[in-house]
Amino acid sequence: MVPISAYVALSAILFMTGLIGVLIRRNFIIVLMSVEIMLNAANINLVAFSHYLNSMAGQMSALFIIAVAAAEAAVGLAIIIVIFRGKMATNVDQINILKW
Amino acid sequence: MMWLLFLYFATVSIVAGVLTVALRNPVYCLMALLTLLLHVAGLFVLLNAEFLAVVQIIVYAGAILILYLFVLMLMNLKTEEQHLHKKYAFFLFAGAGILGELLILLLQSSYGGRQGTATPEVLLQTGGSQAVGLTMFSDYLLLFEIIGVFLLGAVVGAIVLAKTPAKTDTQEPANSPIP
Repeated sequence: MVPISAYVALSAILFMTGLIGVLIRRNFIIVLMSVEIMLNAANINLVAFSHYLNSMAGQMSALFIIAVAAAEAAVGLAIIIVIFRGKMATNVDQINILKW
Repeated sequence: MMWLLFLYFATVSIVAGVLTVALRNPVYCLMALLTLLLHVAGLFVLLNAEFLAVVQIIVYAGAILILYLFVLMLMNLKTEEQHLHKKYAFFLFAGAGILGELLILLLQSSYGGRQGTATPEVLLQTGGSQAVGLTMFSDYLLLFEIIGVFLLGAVVGAIVLAKTPAKTDTQEPANSPIP
């Protein structure tokens, strides 16, 4: 039986990987992908607690998080397309003015 | 056996996550993210959440990653020479420090809580997917409806944002750059 602290530690490692990715990458698409890693880490945590506490609430939250991640990806990629059309850049360092 | 499977899925997940952050070519990053998502689905199966594992594969790997791939394909990005932030060493150091403290705190603490009613015996009687469905359409019905409206808003927003702006022939000549 794997203890729950192993799952929580794995979740923390994945979350920090995603956070570091958000901080150090310069490509906007990969920043969004790092956010997906962070959402997955949260899902692992929720499902692990759902299993160990014999409750369905964690699985429900994970399902809703997946739905929210889909919406976030759709809107984020649409924003990237708009920015790319106007400025030909996906670099977050170049996207620093509110209007161009 | 559980430990072996857990170690396999956890190791590959972490390696794939690090590769997603560290690789230079965005398409390779996307493939590493796909590996991560599939192995997280394996972890869900280990945790008796088989419906969630299937949803993870269908929605994440099947829909969201394809969306990312299409956008990458549309953009035709060149691989950048400098793909990391200038001060990435500082962020790496800070992130490693926070991770160390998090791990110390998390591994020290004792986990517990009020046990719910969905014990493995109950789940074996009804089946995990059916239990998910019953819970979703009884206790979480309002949230389910809200997520439907939310997804509709996201779809409308994405279409409105990504649509090519209609050319208005009163203001500018047709070949002017799109503002």
